[in-house]
Amino acid sequence: MNSTTDLRYVYAVTRPFDGLPPEGARGISGQPPRLVRHGDLVAVVDAVPAADFEEGPLKARLEDLDWLAGTARAHDAVVAALATVTCPVPLRLATVCRDDSGVRRLLEEGGERFERALDRLDGRMEWGVKVYAEEPAPPAEPASPRPSAGAGQARGSGRDYLRRRMEARRSREADWGRADALSRRLHAELSAQAEAAALHRPQDAKLSGVAGVNVLNAAYLVDRTRGQEFADLVHGYAEEGVQVRLTGPWVPYSFAGIGAEDEPPAGAATEPGDGTQTAVRP
Amino acid sequence: MTMPAPRPSASMAYQPEGGGANLADILERVLDKGVVIAGDIKINLLDIELLTIKLRLVVASVERAKEMGIDWWESDPSLSSRARSGELARENAELQRRIAELEERAELEERRG
Repeated sequence: MNSTTDLRYVYAVTRPFDGLPPEGARGISGQPPRLVRHGDLVAVVDAVPAADFEEGPLKARLEDLDWLAGTARAHDAVVAALATVTCPVPLRLATVCRDDSGVRRLLEEGGERFERALDRLDGRMEWGVKVYAEEPAPPAEPASPRPSAGAGQARGSGRDYLRRRMEARRSREADWGRADALSRRLHAELSAQAEAAALHRPQDAKLSGVAGVNVLNAAYLVDRTRGQEFADLVHGYAEEGVQVRLTGPWVPYSFAGIGAEDEPPAGAATEPGDGTQTAVRP
Repeated sequence: MTMPAPRPSASMAYQPEGGGANLADILERVLDKGVVIAGDIKINLLDIELLTIKLRLVVASVERAKEMGIDWWESDPSLSSRARSGELARENAELQRRIAELEERAELEERRG
């Protein structure tokens, strides 16, 4: 790789910490990330090829789901490894500078925002909680009417068919109702236990690979010392036809940019209505 | 300031009891969350909106959920349209019951008269 064409990919910002990024934190380049210090902040960076991360190619790359998935996983692996030794403030995917002086400029300009985010997130992790309404198995139906069936039987199987359809519909609606009711109870209780909560859009099964219909997709900011307690609380929720899934602990991505101070500067593009909300308890 | 590691290793962090994080979990965090700050390369994620990805991520399930009257990630959870439609369904049932009652009574009156 020609170093003159490399760019600097910034994963996260931390306070100066002892030691090196932990083993296993191999980034997008396959190399352990480097630290760039500026004042009281440290940027965790990687050298990435301009052929992928320069403006033009990057736009095209981001539309490639396989490339995006690999990059996102590498980004997350570095940030997660950092969380075992310090409090990282994760940056959004594909935050790229030309060189180290660009990285220092980024730290300089974002200084106060990073300080505030570090104060807010220090000692906390994020837990993801999703609720699914299970898809009931389709009703067992004969593939085709039996050829020998008489008129009476045919009418009977028609009625049977409708009855099965009705039952399947009722059962599905009951599952939805249960999943919805459980989500409300769960979200209310978890929000009360967490320092902050964020609702994400439900996920599409095509991408998540999870059967069932996603009803609740939430994230909670929880003190590190209370993680097990929080997980136990989530595991206490179960109901027929409803699945509750816990992920985490995550680096608090969902809470890294919250609050008025993280609105983009005037004149910049505003945050799209992406359907997510965050709420912080005072 | 450093914090003690919550788990022995980073890889452990994503092997929770619930079965782990899927690609959508990672993308919605890494892509949609995290601090947005201008680097030197102007890739405006807000502008291009990652259209194809976003579509694959959300549209199907969002539309599906809305069909079922669940849209409360867009508003206060306590104001779900499902709750409202549940309320409407109850009112509806109650009204139908009362109409049936009145019809029955009217029929009786008619026979007497």
